[in-house]
Amino acid sequence: MTGLLGPVMVIVWKDVLLELRSKDLVVSVIVFGLLVVVVFNFALNNTPGRSEELAPGILWAAFAFAAILAMNRAFVRDQEQGGLEGLLISPVSRDAIFLGKALTSLIFMLLVEGALLPIYAVMLDFSALSWNLMLTIFLGTLGFAVVGTLFSAIAVQTRSREIMLPVLFFPVLLPVIIASVEATTRAVGGETFIGLGRWLPLIVVFDALFLVICPWVFAFVVEE
Amino acid sequence: MTAPATEAVQARSLEKSYGEWPVLWDLDLSVPWGQTLVLFGANGAGKTTLLRILATHVRADHGSVAVAGHNLRTRPEEVRRRIGVVGHRSLLYDDLTCRENLIYYGRLYGLKDHKPRVDEVLEKVKLSSRADHRVRTLSNGMQKRAAIARAILHEPDVLLLDEPEAGLDRESVTILGTLLAEWTDSGRSVIMTTHDLDLGLAWGHRVGVLRGGKVHFPDSGPIGNGSRVGDIDIRQAVADALEAGR
Repeated sequence: MTGLLGPVMVIVWKDVLLELRSKDLVVSVIVFGLLVVVVFNFALNNTPGRSEELAPGILWAAFAFAAILAMNRAFVRDQEQGGLEGLLISPVSRDAIFLGKALTSLIFMLLVEGALLPIYAVMLDFSALSWNLMLTIFLGTLGFAVVGTLFSAIAVQTRSREIMLPVLFFPVLLPVIIASVEATTRAVGGETFIGLGRWLPLIVVFDALFLVICPWVFAFVVEE
Repeated sequence: MTAPATEAVQARSLEKSYGEWPVLWDLDLSVPWGQTLVLFGANGAGKTTLLRILATHVRADHGSVAVAGHNLRTRPEEVRRRIGVVGHRSLLYDDLTCRENLIYYGRLYGLKDHKPRVDEVLEKVKLSSRADHRVRTLSNGMQKRAAIARAILHEPDVLLLDEPEAGLDRESVTILGTLLAEWTDSGRSVIMTTHDLDLGLAWGHRVGVLRGGKVHFPDSGPIGNGSRVGDIDIRQAVADALEAGR
């Protein structure tokens, strides 16, 4: 485990350092996330009476689109500057590379969501101070990060990567998105943890499945 | 350095095709410890492909490779630990400084005390004064020197250099030549490709020409003064082999 954790943390450290230098990912994704919510808010004519019904869908649509934007950039810098090749010829296992990149994406997306959530809560009129909501967002985002990292590694090798990623990403993540929206509906409705029903376990099962399958597939994806 | 296997690098019956186009065909290669093998070849002869296979970045269709006695297919991570690669790209991040890039690679390679080693390699490639400058602010030649520092950082047994002199000024070429001489004097090995005949003959203990998917060795032993091995004029033999490959 130590052999895996060391390189994973090195990759995370490098990506965080690069993001702190350029600030091109987190800031642009936050701005994009805000715009998505503003557009949906007006398009769906969200009023205080309808908030509980509409907010979860708008929230996850914004998170999903923001995730696409973030995941599109996950491997671009590595590909353009040769860092991916540098990783692949280093004595680091493919699993560690995948988990390092997925953990970086998870951290960035949670940062973005952490910044957006209070604003969404005000705009969509719901309470963000709920452990059930936080847990749902964390588990849903974990699924986004794991699947997104794999498909980002595939898409970055194609010429039309901006189109390729959403085409691959959304069909596979549909169960997670649906379960996240359902669990969020119950969480903002004030349901207890038990009240979240089967939706939270469903996200956990998908996350676990993705965490096993995606690193394994990644090793084949990066093989030339 | 690793306890020596019989050869630093040994490749047997390597084959690699891109689609219908065979690049390497039944290629055999061996590089003894403490020697530099210089590979010449026309564009598209497969020099870069061969180095990328040895660097574990490209999988050969057929054949076997061992680096320091470790089989590339069965123990790729051991092989990667024992090679240093300088290719056409620096593999460094533009927005990190030279030092940060090297610390990153030092940690990836699991170097215990990487900070003094980073200073040491930066000094070797004469980049100490630019250590804390971002890579994007360096000239191409300096970036190449930083890439060389990256490749030697973990003291690999074998250096794989793809046209390392490209983009380097005369002083940098001298620095690289000195570094390679020290490298092989310490018992480590180098495989490099180049189009510069003079440089290749000056730096190489052996030379090979990649042609028709195979490595042809015009020499039968180490190159002596005047680029001759016995009665063979290596310069002429390489030039003839290159001409035949066009």
